Parts: sequence; C-alpha cells; structure tokens
Amino acid sequence: MINIRSLSHVYEKGRKIKFPDWRIEDMDQWLLLGASGCGKSTLLHIISGLLKPTQGEILINDTDLYSLSARGMDRFRGRHIGIIFQRPHLIRSLNVLDNLELAAVMAAMPIDHERNLLLLKDLGIEALAKRYPDELSQGQLQRVSVARALVNKPDLLIADEPTSSLDDENAAQVIEMLTTQAKDNGAALIIATHDQRVREHIAKTYLL
Amino acid sequence: MNIFKISSKNLVRNKLTTILNIILVAFGVGILSILFLASNQIGNKLEKNAKDIDLVVGAKGSPLQLILSSIYHIDYPTGNIPATDAYKLAHNPMVKRAVPLALGDNYNGYRIVGTDTSFSHLYGLSILKGNFWQKDLEVTIGSTVASSSKLKIGDSFFGAHGLTGNGDIHKQHAYVVKGILKPEGNITDNLILTNIGSVYKMHEEKHEQVQHHSSAAEAKEINDKQITALLIQYKSPMSVILFPRMVNQSTNMQAASPAMESARLFSLIGVGIDTLQWFAVFIMAIAALSIFISLYNAMKERKYDLAIMRCLGASRSKLFFLVMFEGILVTVVGACFGLLIGHAALEVIGAYQESSQAKLTGLTAVPQEIYLIWIGLFIGSLASLIPAMQIYKVDIAATLTKDR
Repeated sequence: MINIRSLSHVYEKGRKIKFPDWRIEDMDQWLLLGASGCGKSTLLHIISGLLKPTQGEILINDTDLYSLSARGMDRFRGRHIGIIFQRPHLIRSLNVLDNLELAAVMAAMPIDHERNLLLLKDLGIEALAKRYPDELSQGQLQRVSVARALVNKPDLLIADEPTSSLDDENAAQVIEMLTTQAKDNGAALIIATHDQRVREHIAKTYLL
Repeated sequence: MNIFKISSKNLVRNKLTTILNIILVAFGVGILSILFLASNQIGNKLEKNAKDIDLVVGAKGSPLQLILSSIYHIDYPTGNIPATDAYKLAHNPMVKRAVPLALGDNYNGYRIVGTDTSFSHLYGLSILKGNFWQKDLEVTIGSTVASSSKLKIGDSFFGAHGLTGNGDIHKQHAYVVKGILKPEGNITDNLILTNIGSVYKMHEEKHEQVQHHSSAAEAKEINDKQITALLIQYKSPMSVILFPRMVNQSTNMQAASPAMESARLFSLIGVGIDTLQWFAVFIMAIAALSIFISLYNAMKERKYDLAIMRCLGASRSKLFFLVMFEGILVTVVGACFGLLIGHAALEVIGAYQESSQAKLTGLTAVPQEIYLIWIGLFIGSLASLIPAMQIYKVDIAATLTKDR
C-alpha cells in the first residue's frame, strides 16, 4: 500500500537524513521508533504530503504522492490519510461534532452525521458531542482527534507521539483505541513514538 | 457546516473585537448614509418647492432671505412691497404668471398665506376634500396641516400674528376651513391658503377698528395696499437676464432667483457636508485598520487552526477565502447596521425638528446607499487581504511541531 524508496531529506541547516526503504501493506500496523530529533516527525510529514523530500519517492496506493499538484495533494491527504498529532489540535471555536464535520468539509467530502456519532460512541465520548474543546480533558481531546482522523475513512492512520503527554493508563487506552479503530476501519496504522510503553502492543517496527 | 459557519463561529468566539469592528464600520456607514439621505432630501425639497418659479420679487434685503421666506416658508419676509408696483410688474409682457403672496400670520406654526388662484395653478394643487377658498376668511389647508392640527372642513380657527408662536392671536375674525389639499410632497402641504383680502382684514381691523370697509372694496384683492412678495414665471427663458435687472434697477424692489440662491445655500451647507463626509471616511479608515490589526494578530493563533485545516485536506485557496470572508462578514454586517443607524437617526432628527417645512425622514432610501454596502465589501476585503496572504506562507509541518 505504501512504498518508500531511497528517500532522503536535507534540512535547511544542511543536516541530511537517509530513510531506509519501507513497505507497508494494507491494514498493517507499524511502530516508527527512534530517539527524539532523529527524523520521525519529518518522515511522518513526508508521508502525509506536508513536506516535500529532497530525494526519493513515496507511493501510496500506486500514487506518487509528490507528483500531485498542491491542491491535489491537499485533497489526497484529506481523503486517504488521517493524522493524529502529539497534541490534540482541535478548532477551539467549534464544538466536538463540528470539529468532526470540519474534517469532511475540508476534504470536500459529504457529511455523514450518523457515522460521526457512531465514531464518538465507539470512542466512548458521545456525551461530549456538543462540548467545546476548552471544556475537555487531555484524554478526551485525544479521543476526539482520533475520531476526527477517522471521519473520512482513511486508508492510512498516522499518529505522531500520541502517548507522550499521557499517563500510563491513558496511554494504554489510546494505543488500544488506535489499534482497534484502525482495524475496524480497515486502515493501516503508523505510530511514531519513542515511548517504550507502546512497544509491547505492536509487533512490526521501523527503526530510524 | 460550511465556511460561513466556521467564520461566524470564530467571530463569535472573539466577541469583543468583532463588536468593536462592527461598531466602527457601522458608525462610518451610518454617518455617510445620514449625509446621503439628508442632502438628498434637502436638495429634493429645495428643487421641488422652487419648481416652475423663475423669480421672486420682494422688498429689498437679503435675496436668500426673500427666497427662504416666500418659497420655502422658513425665514421671515424681508418686508412689504406696494401692491400697485407688484401689479405693474405682474402685467409686464415678459411675465407669464405672477402669484402675489401676503404673509404675516400663522396657526400653530403653519403659515397662513394670502394669495389668489394663480398659486394653485403654479403648484398644480388639487383638492382632496371640500373646495378652494372663495370668500374672505375662507381657507384651504395643506394635507400635513390637516393631519397634525386635526382641522376638518367647517372648523374655524384664529390665526396668530407673526410666523411662529401663538402669542398675538387675531380674535376679531376666525378662519373657516373650506377644503383640504391633496398631499403634494412639497411646501404646500404645510400651508394654509386664503385670499389676500383675508390677510388685510386681519391686520386692518387691528389698526383701524373704527373704519368700516364696504364689502366691495374688501373683495378687491390688489389695491393701494401692500403685499409681501410676488412669485414670477417667465414667458421665455430670455427674460432671465433682462427682467431681474429691470426690477433691481428701476423699482424699489429686489428680484431674487430661486435657482441661484438655492445653489448658494447648498454651497454653504456643502462645506459642512464635506467636512462630515471626510470625518465618516476617516472613521471607515480606522475601521479598516482595526479589522486589519485584529485579523493580523489573530493569525498568530489561527495559524495553528489553519495548519490543521490544511492537514484535514483544505487547499490554500479555501483557507484564503475563509480569512477574507471573516473580514468581509464583519464589514457587511457593520454596513447593514450602519444603514439602520443612519435611517433611525434621521427619523429621530426629523421627529425633533422644529420647522415642519424641511422635515427629514429616515423612511426613504437613496440609490447611493447600495454603494455603502459595496464600500463595506471593499474595505473588508482590503483589510483582510494581507492577513489572508499569510496562508500562503504558513509552513504546516513547522507550525504543527511547535507548541501552541
């Protein structure tokens, strides 16, 4: 499904990172491991089409990601890739349900109200649908951002350090949630982390 | 969920800034719309009332005062002129129509105008109810007079001496209402029309109570007495140059042209209007600046939101439009409020106005007001252009890895 070949990126300051080739099949679940600052985020940004690599190619479903136009890439990202950030970035002026709808609107997809409610229910936060981000706890916010990443039925779910700001219990819940949701929604999963707690949950690892 | 909702939600979240910006725009637009409406209405009134009147002849004094008193019925008359002289002028070959006016009394602030039938021809008056005045002490009242003083046909009232106030009432004779005019939308709505004889009667009785005129002499409207002014319509436009000069040089009266004096009056008011206009433009500029600053400052925080939206698949142009839309939304809402404020303020001003002759109303609109909405759109897009351009500079990857 995803094929990364002879990829390397040169930072503005001149530091160069070479990424090993990587092949991810449909519904695979991978850990992206490495110490802070070794290029995990950079690789994730490259895979999500946010950062053009200096060299190499990345094929998602046989589409060469960086051959798309800027607009085409935005659209591709919106429809095929769900991203969960280290911090749950929600739009503060919109309530939880609106934040989910926003994902559909921004990707120019139809709004599926039923599915959004179902997602919230699966993640155990259906009671928070009308709440605003400022009223939620970190754990709740993280769940909402998982739900948002799943709104457009992505083929690939990317999570960047999803557990780093959570305690053991919440971290375990989030990992559990990510793996099951990815499976239930038929999406491949990449979790980038340096968190040892995550390692026991996922077998395949890609080391930087 | 659409761009409109996202923008408005964000505006609601920043209530105070949004309200401040809306108020600024509303004030600017409000002042401009008051100016548009007021100058349009005043201009209209000046034009409408002076329509078909080429010249006013009256006693020497300020020509503007003569015009104001005998056409617009605002100021006091310059004095009286001998009826015989006026009569001579009225029969000059260059004159098509001459309407004598005898002013001096009022009823509740509405002027009682002594004149003859040529007055109703001049203004093209027609009767709504009853008849035109025929005999002395019969009056026909304008529609505004009828509605505000609640006079009906057959009612009688006493006139008061002077042009305003009820101080010195002529108790000897009462006027009888014989008819009510159709609303004309000009000064005649605010006048009480009678014949010149009635006005003489009112004033003669006072000074010469002993004397008794024969009814035949009273019926004769123009004799050796005095009138206030003469409204003149030329036979041909050629007379514009000759006739006034003839009046001013060869008689003891003065001739004033309504067109010239109105233009002069308007140019005097115009200075004030210009100043206010600049003031309004200044306020609008401040509004634009304020919207610009608030959007620009907000971009620091919004950069985050916008980066997320980019991640969710929004294109740059969509987000560019989103930011533009916010600025435009504020100014258009502000412009609409401004128009409301303008109209309401003018209506209030009209309600408190003393002179019923030049009453302003906020219930009409002028086509220029559409421009005000366009100006709002323009200012909104101008102010949000630079903040919106930031969208193209945002590095999503860098923004999202940084902490909020």
